[in-house]
Amino acid sequence: MDEVIRVEGLTKNFGDLRVLRGIDCTVSASEVVCVIGPSGSGKSTFLRCLNGLEEASGGRVLVHGTSVHDNHTDIDTLRSEIGMVFQRFNLFPHKTVLENITLAPTKVRGVSPAEAKQRAHDLLVKVGLLDKIDAYPNQLSGGQQQRVAIARALAMQPAIMLFDEPTSALDPEMVGEVLNVMQTLAEEGMTMVVVTHEMGFARRVAHRVLFMDEGMLVEEGSPEAVFDTPREERTRRFLANVL
Amino acid sequence: MDPILWFGWFRADIIAEYAMMFWHGLQITILVTLICITQGTALGLAIGLARLADARHSPARQICRYLLRWPSTVYVSFFRGTPLFVQILLIHFAVLPLFINPADGLIISGETARSLKQNYGALLSGILALTLNSGAYISEIFRAGIQSIDRGQIEASRSLGLSFWRTMYHVVLPQAFRRMLPPLGNNAIALLKDSSLISAIGLAELAYTARTVAGAYSRYWEPYLTISFMYWILTLGLAWAVKRLEARYGRGDTR
Ligand SMILES: Nc1ncnc2c1ncn2[C@@H]1O[C@H](COP(=O)(O)OP(=O)(O)OP(=O)(O)O)[C@@H](O)[C@H]1O
Ligand SMILES: [Mg+2]
Repeated sequence: MDEVIRVEGLTKNFGDLRVLRGIDCTVSASEVVCVIGPSGSGKSTFLRCLNGLEEASGGRVLVHGTSVHDNHTDIDTLRSEIGMVFQRFNLFPHKTVLENITLAPTKVRGVSPAEAKQRAHDLLVKVGLLDKIDAYPNQLSGGQQQRVAIARALAMQPAIMLFDEPTSALDPEMVGEVLNVMQTLAEEGMTMVVVTHEMGFARRVAHRVLFMDEGMLVEEGSPEAVFDTPREERTRRFLANVL
Repeated sequence: MDPILWFGWFRADIIAEYAMMFWHGLQITILVTLICITQGTALGLAIGLARLADARHSPARQICRYLLRWPSTVYVSFFRGTPLFVQILLIHFAVLPLFINPADGLIISGETARSLKQNYGALLSGILALTLNSGAYISEIFRAGIQSIDRGQIEASRSLGLSFWRTMYHVVLPQAFRRMLPPLGNNAIALLKDSSLISAIGLAELAYTARTVAGAYSRYWEPYLTISFMYWILTLGLAWAVKRLEARYGRGDTR
């Protein structure tokens, strides 16, 4: 399988706090990897290192063979290949849904406004929000905002999508609509790394589950292996708490 | 002209006699204010960004610190920490002659310098002083405005592949600008009023006009009341314009 992301010995410190303590892993094309673990274990930090939002303290991250944290890397071009969806949506409040989606394609990729609009149109159909095309983010529910955020990331036609707890800030009745969009995306063959507390989603959609604790990858394997027959004591304890 | 008395004491004929002079003074006041608002905003943006400049790697890190953050901090501290009146005098009588001087001006000398100083000296110094001063205040407004934008906005924009400057231009500044409008409006109003201080170096704006008229007739109510109303109407106009802008840029506001 094509290797899309390779992480080698990745460490990250915030001052004296060692948040990532040497992470090695790879992600293949069209693979869906879910990252689970207790709060503060470094999941978000790990994800943010993958697109260079966070500097690495040691080790390296390669995306399509390009080193993310190398000073000579054109980080903007690299990032335009990697979509990211945040827990708190982070839509641009001063722009309409359409403008949120077309901003990056027109400014970064040089896509013509007409084509960008067509693309936004298609993506909004896909996430079921075409009727909100001219709305401002504050006129949308949390679930709708998150679906727009996914459409915004997809508008760059990225090779990889990163999700950082995309449903954690949502009211329970809105979690499903966002997970459905993500599942569709996974079924279409998108390469995805998803930090999530939604164990049902991980079990259903993930090809592989990574369990992180205290900045280390403690266990990884198929959802069945990790959820049903965890090898590590720490994994068992975590799963006992959340399931 | 025969004296015209309003309410038994207000010599309206004095105002009528000097109407042209008031009109010119008003134009100068408006001109100076508009130029200083524009330049002060541009300068304030630059200084505000300089005060926030930071980088992860050397040598950019050191450049940001010693060539951008330190000088801009000292600049802001100086112009906010000394009286505008003193700054105007300093610039007009000490700084400007250094650069524009018939004998040995650093930029302009000779006959050009003489006539320039004669005709436009006060205007130049006044605009320069007021621009430098308001730039310092406006930079603080920009700094606070930019810092008030949620980090998540910047991260979302950068993760889409927008560069730092594009992120500033399309994401951060438009949102910051909306929040900065009320303080920027206050600043513009303060600037309009402060422009009266330039009369001290002989610029024929509104306050100077009033002083001239007062001197000619030894009447004080008429000229000063007149320009008070003119300033008042101008500040009301500015406040109204800011309100309009707020409404215009308030779309998508989360309140
Ligand atoms: N910018 C930062 N500065 C200092 N410490 C940080 C910073 N970001 C994260 N940390 C710390 O790093 C640790 C890991 O944080 P991280 O956000 O990666 O955890 P997480 O696994 O995503 O947790 P959660 O499930 O609560 O989101 C935490 O102890 C956090 O306080
Ligand atoms: Mg997190």
